[in-house]
Amino acid sequence: MTAPTDHTATEPKLGDDASIDALDSAPTTQGGAIEILRRGIATSPELTIGLRATVMMGLGVAVSRLVIPVLLQRAIDRGILAEGGVDTGTVVRSAAVIAVVVFAAAMVSYITTRRLVEASEATLAGLRQRAFRKVHQLSIADHNETRRGVLLARVTSDVEGLARFAQWGLYAWSVNPAVLLGTLLVLLWYSWQLTIVVLICYAPVIPLLRWLQKRQLAAYDRLRTAVAEMVASFSETINGLPVLQAYGATELGRRRVGDAVDERYDRAIVANRYMSGVFVVGDFFGALALAAVTVIGVSQADAWGIGAGDLIAIMFLTTLLLEPTGELAETLDQTQTAVASWRKILNLLDRKIDVIDPEPGCDVPAGPVAVDVEGVTFSYRDADPVLRNVDLHIPASTNTAIVGHTGSGKSTIAKLLCRLADPQVGEIRLSGVPLNEVGGDARLATVRMVPQDGFLFDATVRENIAFGRIGATDADIAAVLETLSLTEWVERLPKGLATEVGERGTNLSVGERQLVALARAALADPGLLILDEATSAVDPETDQVLTRAIRRLSEGRTLVSIAHRLATAEAADLVVVFDAGEIAEIGTHDELVTAGGPYTALHAAWIGSTE
Amino acid sequence: MTEPRGVRAGLELVRMMIRMHPGPFAIAVTGAAVYAAAGVGATVVFGRVTDNVVLPSFDGEAPSSRTLALAALAIVAVAIVRMLGIVTRRYFAGMFSERVSRTLRHRLRDRYLSLPAASRRNLPVGELIARADNDADVMVHVLHPLPFSLGVVFLAIFSAIALLMIDVPLAILSFLVFPTMTVLNRMYTQRVEAPAALVQRGVGVVSSIAHESFDGALVVKTLGRAEQEADRFDVAVEDLKGHRKRVGYLRAAFDSAIGTLPYLGIVAVIAIGVFRVEADAVTPGELVQIASLFTVLAVPMRVFGFFLQTLPPSLVAHDRITDALALPVVDEPVDVRPVGSGPLALATTDVHFAWPEAEPVLRGINLDIPAGEIVAVVGSTGSGKSTVCELLAGLLTPDRGHVRLDDTPLRNISVEDRTNAIALVFQESFLFADTLRANIDLPGTATEADFQSAIEIAQVSEFIDVLPKGLDTIVGERGVTLSGGQRQRVALARALVRKPQVILLDDATSAIDPQIEQRILDGLRTTLSATTIVVAQRLSTIRLADRVIWIDGGRIAAAGAHDDLLAEDGYRTLVTAYEAAR
Repeated sequence: MTAPTDHTATEPKLGDDASIDALDSAPTTQGGAIEILRRGIATSPELTIGLRATVMMGLGVAVSRLVIPVLLQRAIDRGILAEGGVDTGTVVRSAAVIAVVVFAAAMVSYITTRRLVEASEATLAGLRQRAFRKVHQLSIADHNETRRGVLLARVTSDVEGLARFAQWGLYAWSVNPAVLLGTLLVLLWYSWQLTIVVLICYAPVIPLLRWLQKRQLAAYDRLRTAVAEMVASFSETINGLPVLQAYGATELGRRRVGDAVDERYDRAIVANRYMSGVFVVGDFFGALALAAVTVIGVSQADAWGIGAGDLIAIMFLTTLLLEPTGELAETLDQTQTAVASWRKILNLLDRKIDVIDPEPGCDVPAGPVAVDVEGVTFSYRDADPVLRNVDLHIPASTNTAIVGHTGSGKSTIAKLLCRLADPQVGEIRLSGVPLNEVGGDARLATVRMVPQDGFLFDATVRENIAFGRIGATDADIAAVLETLSLTEWVERLPKGLATEVGERGTNLSVGERQLVALARAALADPGLLILDEATSAVDPETDQVLTRAIRRLSEGRTLVSIAHRLATAEAADLVVVFDAGEIAEIGTHDELVTAGGPYTALHAAWIGSTE
Repeated sequence: MTEPRGVRAGLELVRMMIRMHPGPFAIAVTGAAVYAAAGVGATVVFGRVTDNVVLPSFDGEAPSSRTLALAALAIVAVAIVRMLGIVTRRYFAGMFSERVSRTLRHRLRDRYLSLPAASRRNLPVGELIARADNDADVMVHVLHPLPFSLGVVFLAIFSAIALLMIDVPLAILSFLVFPTMTVLNRMYTQRVEAPAALVQRGVGVVSSIAHESFDGALVVKTLGRAEQEADRFDVAVEDLKGHRKRVGYLRAAFDSAIGTLPYLGIVAVIAIGVFRVEADAVTPGELVQIASLFTVLAVPMRVFGFFLQTLPPSLVAHDRITDALALPVVDEPVDVRPVGSGPLALATTDVHFAWPEAEPVLRGINLDIPAGEIVAVVGSTGSGKSTVCELLAGLLTPDRGHVRLDDTPLRNISVEDRTNAIALVFQESFLFADTLRANIDLPGTATEADFQSAIEIAQVSEFIDVLPKGLDTIVGERGVTLSGGQRQRVALARALVRKPQVILLDDATSAIDPQIEQRILDGLRTTLSATTIVVAQRLSTIRLADRVIWIDGGRIAAAGAHDDLLAEDGYRTLVTAYEAAR
């Protein structure tokens, strides 16, 4: 058997590709091909369901492939070339038998292939679904540092890379060695000496294939990286098309995508080199074996007691070894493709999840939430802390504004409050319950954040708002729009609530998208509502209408608004000023505006911009 | 999909692809021919070695070591030739199909890059990617078995002639396998084309759902919709699985049926041939020869069967790529005229615009902005301000009326001149996953002085020091690793570094805090020498302008100095909402 057996030696240059994507540049799934294969198969239980029966049927097909020529030979020897003239009866009878065997073999082969299709399609679908789920569990740091296209490749191209192996791989690894072994046993029955000769001739195949296999795997690994890179470059270029077109930089996009396509081509050509070469390795040593058997067989026939018929049979059997050997080499190639794909997907599946919902989780008492942030320090990966030892206590029902310069950490605190990430040091409590002990559903019911980027799904306005709460009715939606004074705005849309917003919501203006996102969050009726620059793109009049609406909305809940339009701060009960990751000031607007601190300066600039 | 197209359309497709890259194709076919010849050679060598070396040696004629060596050499030599044939065919067939898919991807890229903004709107990105990724792969699948199929054609011809020379009736009987194959293929193609099309479409759907869902990952997290998103994806995946299984089953049936043909052929030939022997029409030896010729014929039949099997999916993928290549392209400028230097005048005459299948956004916009003027565009959310900017920048083409730059209609200005002259800073800043420097200096041609001045005015220099690698910091896709305000500053610097003659700021400082914004506006006021159109929300920005244009309901409601416009109730309510609330 020529399976890749080496998993102690270091793999040559795997995952060494310089990549800007977190998922590709830091491979967590190392180990040799066998290890990946073992883990890959373990993560795809669909692959082995019913495999044993399928392999048994496959062996039947393989045997028929040996039996049919033998039967034909017998029909010819005993029928057509029979001593004493042609024996028509024997020929016709044999032909009938062969026809039956051929039909039976075709039926079994059809059923076998069907079963293999069944198993492989279940494998691919299962893997896609698991990878997709995992992507949505990744930390925001991973999302920030990995291009969408790379994630997309994991659930599309990389899974496709497994297709051939998923269908034929395990089957071929089971059937061909059996055929090989069977042939060798027959060979052994004829002459053990010549069997040894054959084995010696084939022996170099194993180290040679192992040597090739490692390089092949590295080549396929790079191909997978290049495919993801290509997908990412298409994705990014299409998304950035407005900028490229507006700046006359389409040539830049052309070059970037072109380079990625060419790189993918180059990698494919290198992989293709191995694919073309590996297949014939068996052929060469097979020919050597045939030559050796002929020469040694002829010269040692007397000494080893081998008859003419025996030697011809042995020569024939030696050529029969070629097919399973070739198929094994082919399978080895498919296996390398699969291992490279699996490595990419396992890299994703193995990725550490930062935020894990506790099972079972605690509930947060209904109603307005009191927020306690104690000694919280947070940094993305190994970078400098974005928040340093932050203490903040927001009593329930308080309307709080968080202000500060760009990059002061005010958006980060919003992300921590809705547990998009956990602080490295310190604790956050909602109404006294530690946030990391709150169950996932309870957290969603309690805390809602409206991010700056009003991302909408490619659906209607109604559906996008309804995403805020499972089971929301049209009446609920109408009520929330009324509370936010948005009813009139919705009526002005071309098809009202039924207006299709397009991918990312591009059919609406940026400000309108923020309105939908706000309605979506308000619909959830959370005890803690966090608005992260949620109305930055709407006009002042609408913003003021919303400010009043949000004030109404904040009754019976705690509201935290992050804003640089200080109108929000003016209307808040409590103002928190962030500076360089720390709380610089805290107090009411009236206190702070005259305190002469950073807020006074911020506010003066705001007044200057509105007067 | 109505009439299955079958082999004729397939051959047409194949011919088109061969014309793209004939070189590697020809070499691969040669390799296949060498392989086929060596295959015949191996049979001959095997036979001759048996007859001339092995058998005589058992009749007491011990062969000389020279004869033995020659026999061994012949076996190895013919194997090496065969190997070379295989390697050549496989390598160049692979190269051939990879080259074709590369060409297709280049073409798709060019088409995507020249998509007009209006057409791009409702095309899911994931779908466009699927065409360039999976469809381009599937379309060339048929090319892998192609050289082999053609290379072994002469094997088929060789055995056909040999058959005819032995016995015409038996030869004709043997040739019956070909019409049988055609019938089988027709049955297969008729059934497989529809599900194969659904497979390719399914891949596109899976891709676009995943792309959209990953794009909105943050919102999916904040809404806690991961499970619903997964359910939505599962439906598409299960759908795709169902179609793929149907195709797989049909392939299994076709494959098994085609596989029986050579054997059934042999069986028929010997069963009927034996009567020809009885009738003394052929000798027993000739019948044996016919049977062995049939084994030779089996190889091309199998390979050709595989070719036929991969044809329908490739045709379907080709359709999808053809559709993508037929997407609209931006209009090329005609009768190109140059534009002047320095700040340029911008004007529109009765501009109307509606997005496809939507209500009109703009209904007759007339603007006359003299060179060097600073104009503020004001309007409520969704009033069409951004659309005006995109029309002025030439990214959108008006449905009616036209836009003039320096008194020349935009359609008479080359893309290069237009984009050099006008810089639009979008409301949503898009950054590429690249360094800040590369994001700001997109073409990479700015002088250090211009670059420094741009990042100074845009207040990028204010925050780069805190970034780990300064200007060489790589930002996340769309700039996600920066705050909204930082992103907008980078986007502004990107426009300023070009030293535009017209700058359009589409609410480009909305996420920047007031202090920084004030510094940016001061910088723009003192250093910028360009016609400036700024979509503004705040009075500070509006005050920067010589003139204000108030857009309402797709028309210009009023235009003039800010103080004069304050007399208009609607305008006053819109822009002074903050101070009114104070």
